[in-house]
Amino acid sequence: MRHLLNITDLTVEEINELLALGNDILDHPEKYAHRLEGKKLATLFFEPSTRTRLSFEAAMYELGGHVIGFAGANSSSAAKGESVKDTIRTVACYADIIAMRHPLEGAPVAAAQVATVPIVNAGDGGHHHPTQTLADLMTLNREKGRLSNLKMGLCGDLKFGRTVHSLIGALSRYDNVEFILISPEELKVPSPILRELDEKGIPYREATSLEKEISNLDALYMTRVQRERFFNEEDYVRLKDTYILDAAKMALAKDDMIVMHPLPRVNEISTQVDDDPRACYFKQVNYGKIMRKALMLKLLEE
Amino acid sequence: MNIDGITSGVVIDHITAGKAMQVYRYLHLDQLECPVAIIKNVKSTRMGKKDIIKIDDATFDIDLDALGYLDPGATVNIIRDGVIVEKKHVELPERLTNVIRCKNPRCITTVEPGIDQIFLLTSKEERLYSCAYCDTERK
Repeated sequence: MRHLLNITDLTVEEINELLALGNDILDHPEKYAHRLEGKKLATLFFEPSTRTRLSFEAAMYELGGHVIGFAGANSSSAAKGESVKDTIRTVACYADIIAMRHPLEGAPVAAAQVATVPIVNAGDGGHHHPTQTLADLMTLNREKGRLSNLKMGLCGDLKFGRTVHSLIGALSRYDNVEFILISPEELKVPSPILRELDEKGIPYREATSLEKEISNLDALYMTRVQRERFFNEEDYVRLKDTYILDAAKMALAKDDMIVMHPLPRVNEISTQVDDDPRACYFKQVNYGKIMRKALMLKLLEE
Repeated sequence: MNIDGITSGVVIDHITAGKAMQVYRYLHLDQLECPVAIIKNVKSTRMGKKDIIKIDDATFDIDLDALGYLDPGATVNIIRDGVIVEKKHVELPERLTNVIRCKNPRCITTVEPGIDQIFLLTSKEERLYSCAYCDTERK
């Protein structure tokens, strides 16, 4: 039995296999329509979500399976003080696979310690979000045609941005990827991640100006400054609109640069950019569902 | 100053001078009923000064991981019938379980009851550990 807690739980070969499977699912969805018949997915979302939960659920339905679960800690026994481990022990009696989102970092690790079915981390606080990374990798692979030889810009909240942490972990295993990390001082990439890049000799540069960097990038990954990660509202208000990608900044970018965003966005990408052919963030949403289908097939059929 | 030798028990030697009380706390020696001697600032040819702790209990099971984390240069002598039967050199452990706590207020270990506090060694040179749950680093 395998879990997916961190994107690095998958080898590069396994990720490449999932991407190939994802491409096939995208081209021939009917081939997979009954593959998980009789299987049940439990979506345990202790924290709000639109895309991740619904895409997991849509993915399971499209594979012929069923879905149970809850959305929000208040609609589960967590509101009565039940521990994560007890919740997982219980739900594992009802479902074949569990996708869980939790506001606290490492909650899926605790879940996996007692789980008798595969656990998929659907986001744990500001820590990891591996299935978003699978969506991000499929986006890069399909829209840029490669996962190596990339100058990858990541912009916004790089401290609490779990999708950023997972994406760096995944892309740092491909050849010749350089990271340009654009953030305010207060929201820089955590030091353990930078140390790992240093140890592996992977080039990266920290920067504060999106305008100065955008013209060099092959892909730009924008992120939202997340109100829910701040203990102090004043800090959030001060930092939330540090970077706003608009038509003027897009004019500085390469013609084939792509713009990605894990969504939801607030102000960090102007709606002017939505019609730019380089904007890929809504395609990313569909790729997310496809890769969750590929992942569930892998975890349940292995 | 004379401290009696022990016939059966554990002597923790070569403790960095000044660290004996920390070792005492981390190894929960305050919970022992047997005689425990803490000897500070003993002359040492190798270290200049060192601390020593003697535990007069043959059944005492020392947590080498905790000691290795706290003072990786320490040595542990197991004494039986007045003779050293085993000498152990401790080192920084690869994994620490329930020795230190995660300080990240957003870590699951802050609320989950009965959860083991697990840390993994990430840099031997810097004596750095990271939480197995949230990756927050601690020295």
